[in-house]
Amino acid sequence: MKVCIIGCGAIGSLFGAHLAKLPDVEVWAYDPNREHVDAINRNGLRLTGLADFVAPVKASSDAREIPACEFGIIAAKTLHTRAAMEATADIFRDGAVCSVQNGVGNEEIIAEYVPRVIMGTTFPAGHVTAPGVVNQDTGGKTWIGPFLPKPASMQEVNRLADAINRGGMICLPMEDSRGALWTKLIFNSASNAMGALTRLPHGIACEQVWPVMSALAEEGIAVSKALGVTLDGDPVALLEYGKQVAYKHKPSMLQDVLAQRATEVDALNGGIAKIGKEIGVPTPLNDAMTVMIKGLEFSWTLKD
Amino acid sequence: MTIKPIKRTCVAGAGAIGSLFACHLGGVAESTVLVRRQGHADQLNQHGLRSSGKTERHSRIVASTDPADLGDVDLVIIATKASDVEDTARRLAGHFRDAVVMTVQNGLGCEEVVAKYGDWPIVSAVTFMSGNRHSDIHVEYELDTATWMGPWAKGTATFEQVRLIEQLIEQSGLKARAFPDLLPAQWSKLIFNAAVNSISAVTDLPHVKAFARREVLTDLGHLVFAMMDEGKRVAEAQGIVLFEDPWEMNVEATSHGQTGNDDYAHAPSMLEDVRAKRPTEVDWIAGAIVRAAMAAGVPAPISETMYRLVKAREASWKLNQH
Repeated sequence: MKVCIIGCGAIGSLFGAHLAKLPDVEVWAYDPNREHVDAINRNGLRLTGLADFVAPVKASSDAREIPACEFGIIAAKTLHTRAAMEATADIFRDGAVCSVQNGVGNEEIIAEYVPRVIMGTTFPAGHVTAPGVVNQDTGGKTWIGPFLPKPASMQEVNRLADAINRGGMICLPMEDSRGALWTKLIFNSASNAMGALTRLPHGIACEQVWPVMSALAEEGIAVSKALGVTLDGDPVALLEYGKQVAYKHKPSMLQDVLAQRATEVDALNGGIAKIGKEIGVPTPLNDAMTVMIKGLEFSWTLKD
Repeated sequence: MTIKPIKRTCVAGAGAIGSLFACHLGGVAESTVLVRRQGHADQLNQHGLRSSGKTERHSRIVASTDPADLGDVDLVIIATKASDVEDTARRLAGHFRDAVVMTVQNGLGCEEVVAKYGDWPIVSAVTFMSGNRHSDIHVEYELDTATWMGPWAKGTATFEQVRLIEQLIEQSGLKARAFPDLLPAQWSKLIFNAAVNSISAVTDLPHVKAFARREVLTDLGHLVFAMMDEGKRVAEAQGIVLFEDPWEMNVEATSHGQTGNDDYAHAPSMLEDVRAKRPTEVDWIAGAIVRAAMAAGVPAPISETMYRLVKAREASWKLNQH
């Protein structure tokens, strides 16, 4: 079986390296960063931290060099979903692509490019420490399921989950994976927006602006209910739990803000706001956070 | 009732606004200044105070860190930041018994604070002028827009007293406008300021055109509009008919760009405070709307959210050091 990782940053590398341990899986990686690609081709893809091994991955910045694959796993930042699919669509002309990205709205874009789509949500985290080297910071499960209206078959979903599990990660195939996605989406949108706008780590932000943080999550819960999604956890309880275990953790959007990088707000608060508008559920606070984070991004383009 | 002419004035707090008042009043009255730093007082006593820009003035000033040194005055203008009003009023307690006291802070609620420390007639004011303080003895007069004033609704100042102050300020070369009831104008500016300042303080974004744009869902103008709308409902619940529409003020202010694009980048005072990591005036601005909303039983979730976010941003300067 051939799998191509689309966007081989921290998350993409975790999937790619684990899958590449299997003798029956050939792993390719598409990534625009040439230095990273060259290092992977030269030395293999190396994981450190929680996982510690080197795996044989074939990487390229030119999608035309990558053969047709049965599966894609896209882990690009949500901002780059369209560009990444534009570049790699041909690899999956007969395949299924699974998103393990943050937020909502990625699968819709992927579905414009490939015949079958899998909706995934993943919890492990890591960071790139050098070209070709990724440190796995935390473990965690991945949930995957067919994405409507362009679903992969359950058989395909099971096959991909089986490979991921045999590679040493934990993956749960399911008929409806929206519950996992929305649980993480709601948690992330509240934690990330508050981090980005207060510039505080998660636990301290919880202490400082809990009424806003929990109200943001409640809005997301209302939207998910109206969509008929059954959440697989309580996002408000997850935020509280995060306060204990990740008190000083800087959510990714706060890291983006501190580095003045474009954030994933469109797929998080912006995604909740957009869907809320479509189905008639008011989301005034997620609307507010979206436009302010957009405003903050815009502030970096102004002189002085 | 006869009204005492204003012959001697005291400006408490000589930042940009206070310096503009003190310098100009020096041309039409004896101008005294209450400051905190001895060095500041020494400079003013020695060199006087100069204005440049929209006006060219140079005035003799009597300055001190102790109100007892300043003699009796007829008018006190408290021109400190809102967060320093309490401390200033405490220092004024027992002095200037015959004076009218005027507050010119951003936001709402400083009059109450002053009234705790003396039974002076109190005049409410909001100022739209701006200045750039080059040194202790030199201020540049930038925006020559008016200061609006009216008798504080809960106090004893009369409209005639306000007219007298208006005349004096006009004669001094600054612009002033007296209102029998300042609340409509004060609330227009409060609602405008609450939205513009707190959104600016949270987003780091100066007051650019984006604040008035409402085309796509992600445009910032939607939030500015929603927050102002909330403020308008709070004003309405108190029976206040606004003098100007805050949204129109916002559209107007952001269309003043020299080039007509996003280059017009006035940094609201709260953004300046954030940049300098100073406490902001959010308690008197968005905080005043939240308190009024609670008192009137009107929901104000956006104002409350913005208030909390600015307070968290202030807290972040200390918390992030650890």
